Amino acid sequence: MSRYEPASIPSSEITPESLFLNRRAFMRNSAALAAGASLVSPASAGLQPDDDVTPEQIATSYNNFYEFGTDKGDPARYAHELTTEPWRVTVSGEAGKTGEFDFDDIIKGMTVEERIYRFRCVEAWSMVVPWMGIPLKNILQQFEPNGNARFVEFKTLLRPSEMRGQRSFFSGIEWPYVEGLRLDEAYHPLTIMVTGMYGKTLPNQNGAPWRLMVPWKYGFKSIKSIVSIRFTERQPRNTWNMLAPNEYGFYANVNPAVSHPRWSQASERRLPSTLFDPNTRPTLPFNGYADEVAGLYAGMDLAKYY
Amino acid sequence: MKPALTLKVVLASLLSAPLLWLAWRVQLDINQPGTGLGPDAGETLVHYLGEWSLVMVLIAFTISPMRRWTGFSGWLRSRRMVGLFAFAYVVLHIASYLVFYLNLSWQALFEDFVERAYITAGMLAFFCLLLMTLTSTRGWQRRLRARWYQLHQLIYLAIGSALVHLWWLTRDGYLEVALYSLWFVLLCVERWAGSARFIWRTGARQPPG
Ligand code: HEM
Repeated sequence: MSRYEPASIPSSEITPESLFLNRRAFMRNSAALAAGASLVSPASAGLQPDDDVTPEQIATSYNNFYEFGTDKGDPARYAHELTTEPWRVTVSGEAGKTGEFDFDDIIKGMTVEERIYRFRCVEAWSMVVPWMGIPLKNILQQFEPNGNARFVEFKTLLRPSEMRGQRSFFSGIEWPYVEGLRLDEAYHPLTIMVTGMYGKTLPNQNGAPWRLMVPWKYGFKSIKSIVSIRFTERQPRNTWNMLAPNEYGFYANVNPAVSHPRWSQASERRLPSTLFDPNTRPTLPFNGYADEVAGLYAGMDLAKYY
Repeated sequence: MKPALTLKVVLASLLSAPLLWLAWRVQLDINQPGTGLGPDAGETLVHYLGEWSLVMVLIAFTISPMRRWTGFSGWLRSRRMVGLFAFAYVVLHIASYLVFYLNLSWQALFEDFVERAYITAGMLAFFCLLLMTLTSTRGWQRRLRARWYQLHQLIYLAIGSALVHLWWLTRDGYLEVALYSLWFVLLCVERWAGSARFIWRTGARQPPG
């Protein structure tokens, strides 16, 4: 397996000042700054010259977060109903340190980095988003996963009183939303736990207070508003796979060669996609991060493990 | 104005309203991209037009029960027009799909046709509606006679496969498709109940419609 070499980006591209936007952002990100922000990161790994950052207004108002409704505008409309403080996280399974933790305690002292990633939805649209996050590996290792831990499973908050999508009679989803990664995927340096975007605290509709970001996988893998982390020996279930196993696999690596029963994955519409500038472009294997991650899947039949 | 004509004018204005609203949004979007049609203009068009296509087809299917419920035969004078409206929405729906989803690639269309069942179902609906539209003139009505009624039974297949199209493409949130299906089922029940009563009373078969 080739070792991943993070490309450093000039610190001029990063704006730590903007982290001070509010008290909570300050609290949650202060560790990074206090430490003199060792902001060497693979921030723009794989970014192409024509990967313009998607306007913030779009990335925060055009969302799939079915807990708040199935319309793209529903999350921005209703996610304010969610309280994210306090936020408790349950850690369980094959690890030395398990139990219930306060979110702020978990991320205390961790370095927050800015990462500009392409973000590809299985629905064939994509964005480029400047996330603020912590390498997932740093978070997971503090719970001391043991030798049996081969996968990690995440769950979204289940709180129908504040998440109207979970109250809907016409939803076929078995809440809470659940996702998982192989541990080596979780430990990959590109995989981060996001706590902010566009230099600000993560908005509720984007998965506050924290959400996963695995840039080489379809967006549905990047589970939002996480309250449970469980280390397992066996491959965990994941929500969309349970709903339609022939359409959504466990791996969900972006792959233009593996077509999907609903959308051709050969190309994507980079948002904003407008009438006279649909901004359609070919989809890249592993969403353009093949150099970094293809090694994780060496020898696997990607058409079978989609 | 004769009542039948009044009804036709009213229906024509109502049925063109969604199109005018869309034209307004397109105009906004041309002036300032993103304002009228959102960040994904193609998806907005495909979904908006698809939604209204189905509503229009269902309205066309509701015309003859309206005649039975109101006792006003003028409804039938509007039926062809409603059908043509429906077809126009469908054509625009498919055109947006070809332009924005497929980049006008015929190869992609072929792939979609064979690989994606919900697209196949949509196409089946489209071909039914195409046949009905082409034969909707008085000339064809006369030429085909009783066959014309038989041919226009395709409406069941058209709506049925349009609903299958929608069931298959819905990922979650089944309220909408459930309501449309209910609308269709109720109208079918009304028709079958009606013709069963007719047969029972007269021993004859009512021309379907
Ligand atoms: C060649 C025929 C057709 C094709 C290729 C086609 C294609 C599509 C596509 C690609 C979508 C969007 C799927 C997505 O983004 O997930 C869609 C949605 C839809 N289509 Fe079609 N369609 C066809 C015919 C029809 C017909 C005949 C009707 C109705 C009479 C119809 C009604 C709808 C509806 C209701 C939606 C859902 C809109 C929404 O999500 O709100 N389609 N169609």
